[in-house]
Amino acid sequence: MRLTLRVWRQRDAGAPGAMTTYEVDGISADMSFLEMLDTLNERLILDGEDPVAFDHDCREGICGACSLVINGDAHGPERTTTCQLHMRSFADGDTIDIEPWRAAAFPVVKDLVVDRSSFDRIIQSGGYISVPTGSAPEAHATPVPKADADHAFENAECIGCGACVAACPNGSAMLFTAAKVNHLNVLPQGAPERESRVLDMVATMDAEGFGGCTLAGECATACPKGIPLPSIAAMNKEWLRATRKGRRS
Amino acid sequence: MVLATRSDREPSLPRTLWGSTIGKKAVMAVSGLIMLGYLVAHVAGNLKVFFGPEEFNGYAHWLRTIGAPVLHDEWMLWIVRVVLLASIVAHAVSAYQLSRRDIKARPVKYAHKRARASYATRTMRWGGVIIGLFVVWHLLDLTTLTVNPNAQPGRPYENVVATFSTWYGNVIYIVAMLAVGLHVRHGFWSAAQTLGAGNAARDRLLKTLANGLALALTAGFIAVPVAVMTGLVS
Ligand code: HEM
Ligand code: SF4
Ligand code: FES
Repeated sequence: MRLTLRVWRQRDAGAPGAMTTYEVDGISADMSFLEMLDTLNERLILDGEDPVAFDHDCREGICGACSLVINGDAHGPERTTTCQLHMRSFADGDTIDIEPWRAAAFPVVKDLVVDRSSFDRIIQSGGYISVPTGSAPEAHATPVPKADADHAFENAECIGCGACVAACPNGSAMLFTAAKVNHLNVLPQGAPERESRVLDMVATMDAEGFGGCTLAGECATACPKGIPLPSIAAMNKEWLRATRKGRRS
Repeated sequence: MVLATRSDREPSLPRTLWGSTIGKKAVMAVSGLIMLGYLVAHVAGNLKVFFGPEEFNGYAHWLRTIGAPVLHDEWMLWIVRVVLLASIVAHAVSAYQLSRRDIKARPVKYAHKRARASYATRTMRWGGVIIGLFVVWHLLDLTTLTVNPNAQPGRPYENVVATFSTWYGNVIYIVAMLAVGLHVRHGFWSAAQTLGAGNAARDRLLKTLANGLALALTAGFIAVPVAVMTGLVS
């Protein structure tokens, strides 16, 4: 396959950036999107140019590091992560636009790499449970109803990639925060911090400069893990409940 | 082990609500639902126009005596007006503040444009502004009668007919009622999500309810100008 790429190039956080055009040839339909970019970078390095910086780690769709907006869609045209997207989703001769996640709370570090440490700070403010460390507890000591377990698992699938923020017209982190809050709040292990968790994580989310939710639904459409839109309503319910009850921990 | 004790007091409930994007959205949802409740009562009252001037004007008169003899003349009317005014202010201020924040949270646009679902969000913002301007015009037209072509106090039937006997009266009201329909369609479903009433199993029901309400309000309100235009009401 022969492709025309228009890639966002930006030297560092302070520099202005621009879409830059590259031609790539000899791309196989079986390559992943990131392998296609590797091909481009190998050539750029041989030509003595600066390779395109992009985030990636596992390349298995489980770590949440990869993050590209491809032709206006976070993670591209398929419902999966960028690393699991294959070139067979494109046609020979296509022009592909590649941009970084865009949000005030995700500043560009270089080219296609953005700083997502705002997500880490949301997690630090409540995305954990307090347990004594030591040997693993007996698995049957705390029974969890099947429906709750399913609800927790569905939300626990979030890999923290940030596609929801990138796709949202308001740069809102509600889907991510909802996934994290719901995952722990429905489980007995998360119960002691149930109120403070949602209050603190939402407060951090607001303080980091993410936008609010207007229920546009773009986040759930972009999410590679299928975190459903009603997760946001479930978090709103938790938040309103916590404001009424007050924090207990 | 002694746990650290919090010496700082928790912020008050109104402060927590207003200081958070979720809380502010809840204020928007509740004030919107209050106005929606009013609109349902309003459209039902408007349809009395089809029973002729005595009944419609009598109904308008009764609105001023609700609660008598416990309440004095027009007290109920003023209570409703105060609640509505508070709702409009709360709704508009929270909408404005949240919109400002949302726009700031996405400062750089994507170079690759595509039709995004920000459609609903944009329609809500523009629709809200249109409805707000309409309410001002509507009060000048049928409450204070300042711009009404007939302007007879105590005779709302004749005033309504006069409004819809002008081309601009029809255009203003019909455009505004279409905006109301679109606003209610996304707004009602949205409010349910914000207040935590939405879930996967209930989604179809909530969407159907939102569409039904929007359609009933728009059709009910527009029925009056259409009836005057076609001579059914005169
Ligand atoms: C075709 C559509 C409409 C018609 C024919 C209509 C008609 C009227 C009439 C005749 C009155 C005066 C009642 C009286 O004197 O007792 C009134 C009052 C009012 N209308 Fe409407 N209306 C329409 C749509 C709306 C909409 C969409 C809204 C809100 C968004 C609205 C808000 C109000 C308010 C707030 C008042 C009360 C004013 C007051 O007395 O304090 N109306 N309307
Ligand atoms: S909710 Fe989905 S899109 Fe958002 S961070 Fe988690 S996995 Fe990524
Ligand atoms: S590189 Fe790990 S999810 Fe894509």
